[in-house]
Amino acid sequence: MNLLWLSLNLLRRDWRAGEWRVLLLALVLAVGSLATVGLFADRVRQALQQQAQSLIGADLRITSTRPFAPVYRQQALARGLQVVQSRTFPSMVSHGERVLLSELQAVERGYPLRGKIEIDDGTLHVARAIPSTGTVWVDERLLRRLDTQVGDEVGIGSQRFKVAARIVKDIDQSIGFASFAPRVLMNEQDLPTTGLLQEGSRLSYRLMIAGEAKQVAALKVALQEQLSGNEKLEDVRDARPEIRTALERAESFLGLAALTAAILAGAAMVLAARRFVLRHLDGCAVMRCLGAQQGQVLWLFLNQFILLGLFAVLFGSLLGYGTQALLVESIASMRDANLPQPGVLPLLQASVSGFALLLGFAFLPLLQLRKVSPLRVLRRELGAPEASGWLVYGVATGVLAGLFLWHAGSLKLGLAVLGGLLAGLVLFGWLAWLLLHGLARNGYLLHTQWRHAFNNLARHGRSAAVQVVALSLGGMALLVLTLVRGDLLQGWQSKLPPETPNRFVVNIQPDQVGAIADFFRRQALPVPEMQPMVRGRLVEIGGRAISGDDYPDPRARGLVEREFNLSYMAQMPSWNQLVSGNWWAEGSKGELSVEEGIAKTLGIKLGDLLTYDVAGSRFTAKVTSLRKVEWDSMKVNFFVITTPELLEDFPASYLSSFYLPPEKVQAGDVLSREFPNLLLIDTGAVIAQVRGIMDQIAQTVSAVFLFTLLSGLAVLYAALLATQDERSHEAAILRTLGADSGYLRRLHLSEFAVLGGLSGLFAAGGAVLLGWVLARFVLEIPATFDPLIWLVGVSGGMTIVTLSGWLATRKLIRRPPLRILAAD
Amino acid sequence: MATIVQAAGLTKQVLSGDSPLTILHDVSFAVEAGDSLAIVGASGSGKSTLLGLLAGLDVPTGGSVSLNGKDIFALDEDGRARLRGELAGFVFQSFQLLPALNALENVMLPLELAGLRDARQRAEESLRQVGLSARAHHLPKHLSGGEQQRVALARAFVSQPKILFADEPTGNLDAATGAQVIELMLELNRARGTTLILVTHDDKLAARCKRQLRLAAGQVVQ
Repeated sequence: MNLLWLSLNLLRRDWRAGEWRVLLLALVLAVGSLATVGLFADRVRQALQQQAQSLIGADLRITSTRPFAPVYRQQALARGLQVVQSRTFPSMVSHGERVLLSELQAVERGYPLRGKIEIDDGTLHVARAIPSTGTVWVDERLLRRLDTQVGDEVGIGSQRFKVAARIVKDIDQSIGFASFAPRVLMNEQDLPTTGLLQEGSRLSYRLMIAGEAKQVAALKVALQEQLSGNEKLEDVRDARPEIRTALERAESFLGLAALTAAILAGAAMVLAARRFVLRHLDGCAVMRCLGAQQGQVLWLFLNQFILLGLFAVLFGSLLGYGTQALLVESIASMRDANLPQPGVLPLLQASVSGFALLLGFAFLPLLQLRKVSPLRVLRRELGAPEASGWLVYGVATGVLAGLFLWHAGSLKLGLAVLGGLLAGLVLFGWLAWLLLHGLARNGYLLHTQWRHAFNNLARHGRSAAVQVVALSLGGMALLVLTLVRGDLLQGWQSKLPPETPNRFVVNIQPDQVGAIADFFRRQALPVPEMQPMVRGRLVEIGGRAISGDDYPDPRARGLVEREFNLSYMAQMPSWNQLVSGNWWAEGSKGELSVEEGIAKTLGIKLGDLLTYDVAGSRFTAKVTSLRKVEWDSMKVNFFVITTPELLEDFPASYLSSFYLPPEKVQAGDVLSREFPNLLLIDTGAVIAQVRGIMDQIAQTVSAVFLFTLLSGLAVLYAALLATQDERSHEAAILRTLGADSGYLRRLHLSEFAVLGGLSGLFAAGGAVLLGWVLARFVLEIPATFDPLIWLVGVSGGMTIVTLSGWLATRKLIRRPPLRILAAD
Repeated sequence: MATIVQAAGLTKQVLSGDSPLTILHDVSFAVEAGDSLAIVGASGSGKSTLLGLLAGLDVPTGGSVSLNGKDIFALDEDGRARLRGELAGFVFQSFQLLPALNALENVMLPLELAGLRDARQRAEESLRQVGLSARAHHLPKHLSGGEQQRVALARAFVSQPKILFADEPTGNLDAATGAQVIELMLELNRARGTTLILVTHDDKLAARCKRQLRLAAGQVVQ
């Protein structure tokens, strides 16, 4: 009979006797929670990605001021990707006496590739096609400003078009100022008939590409090499920095949640595996007496572990799949979001992790069994060999470290959490041992029952310390998740506060500044700051002439080849943040302040001399400060700001941003009428869209958090169950010696309360430190410190551990002692 | 008759605190095949340690043990395990049945470890010989002490060992049950020509063995 067959038989018998129950429960929960969090996070990640893609209507978008070489389209098609092109240009739209500068977009069939346009043509619905020829779809602003409605005709160029629908929810808006003009969507086939396509038309071409993620990524790399200077390639991460950071942080958070699940699973496995090994010491010794060789015994167990692992992985995966589906169904906003189906990777990750946990924490300690003296059958008092314990756990930790980095999805996050865990492992273990012994020694100060509890815990010094460490690490992970979640949500809320500017106004002439300020006062609106803007091109850095060819990065090349906006001011805008150097003193001359991102892209350092060409004349000035700019603040921002004397004499226009409350929307229209040269840009829709995505991310983060918390409780319960044997034996002896069940219950509850309280205390301390490190260095958000965390940690730890401990042990107290002792 | 167990100059010391403590000192004797030997002595005289050394469950500080002509301490741990599988059966004071396995499966275990195909039939036969066929599918915790020790006997004899090592086989049993177990063990021993090495502090039981070896403070006194 081969070993595999025997393993199977032994597994079956052990199974029947319930020997595997706790280990299996811990493992199934571990795989289950990893799979749930992983699958759920994967779906959410995909959905967020898709939703973000709807902002540009595609996975990838190339924009240009000239027609595209056909080769781009061919390459995309060759990769099996979908392609549509659109042409956008500003044009006047007329209705009766009124005319309005609008942004016309002519689209091909198939547009948009990503996201959905919602229209109202009498009924509100998602558009299934593009406007049919002879008709246009327009947005609310155009209807209001032209005083027209759906069904009317408007004039565009030399043609008249029927307004077939109102655009309710739009997509594919670019970030350029011009695009914030009212939108008109028309069929590509109608464009030639309008007579608007003439020499000098300010056409913007967009090639939109979507399809399988890998192919898109490959195409992106290939295209980057081929693009010319006036062609810009962007995916959603390039197009919208605020979404990018939110997405990245959300992904980090989801990674952290998955890690937390892994840590909890690991904690439960350590405790369950310890129990398993202790229970199987005798069996191993007996088998050795009966002639089994060390290798044979190990093989028998390895086979059993693999069989068990397969079962747990299968069952855990099913559990995970089911739970995440239930989770999605139970949250209304998730159900409505129509999440994409999850990929297989999370299941694979959970499965591999399950095996690693099992083999790392349960099988590796079994290697110690090689050292079990067969003499144990004669002398029970020979305990488990412990010499190599730390080495074995070291190896197991190494395996897990690898898994961690895998789950984290980011090296930085993985390393930070891993470092925190290892530090916690050592520190918590040492502190637990010290405290338990210290308290036991000075126990005469305490009430009898507590003294017994401490003595009892101190007697099981190692075992109790392992429990405290496992519970502390699990608790720490959960608390860190709590802290980080709070910080993230707060960060997102403060990102777009309720009064975020929702209008940009450009092209203010210098002589209009005072009149516009008066206008705002008349309308009882706060007067916004207006900043001067001068267009200029960077021509030299440190006296060396630069050209686009010096920069391989297309973004840098674009920045060098075109003019960009400069401004001058005496005070730094309050929403900017100085990163290095100093803002200039009143009256200083010849100084520049550069945004840190562009400085990095162009290789500009503090102290560099930069030469600008403005309207044909040049000036040179020194970089004396670098600034951090919140591009997503919806406020006016500049890459480069100069001291006033450098630009004051050049012709400038002013620009500003302000918040227009919903009840004063018409003030915007009045402003446009009173100052017809102004370009007033409504960013309200974009803000709403971005805020919607942020809200969704926040809800997701909360949902994942809640689930991790629940699975954490389940896993911790399994972990406590694992120490039942020792307690059961002790309870039997104590009852034999005359302890009544009330005493036992109090003793157990006190022990659990001490364990939980200590664990909670350590967990809170660890979480505060790790949370700070994560916020500061990984998520790059301001960390908040809430002293409540200590209270939550200690009282939460006490309550949860005592409660689940009581659930796990309450039956012990009722079982007749003789039965327990006989079974031992 | 051939010598099957040979102990020469067996010494065992352990560290007690910082000073060495001698548990066995220079024990030498030989046992012929088919013989029975009782190792007797007071608690702490070194009986169980000697039995452990004879069976190769522990290694001595000095001296040697040969089983069936093989020097067992010249073998490594696995070699000794293999030799135990071939030669020896065990009965322990605390029975040492695997709690998750029922009576039949406990008896099958040594045969399964040796890779025998007819493990089940032979185990059933062995259980029948100790009169426990009816209890074959019961777990140890559902068997009385006497029954557990009979299962242990069935397990010890099922692989037809040449030597049976028994450590206080009646230590955990009442007098009447203990007597039954002893009768059974001696009968199986006789019927199969097994060599019996038995540790006991029961003089009556010792008297039923052909030879007695009395230990005191780790030395042979008789």
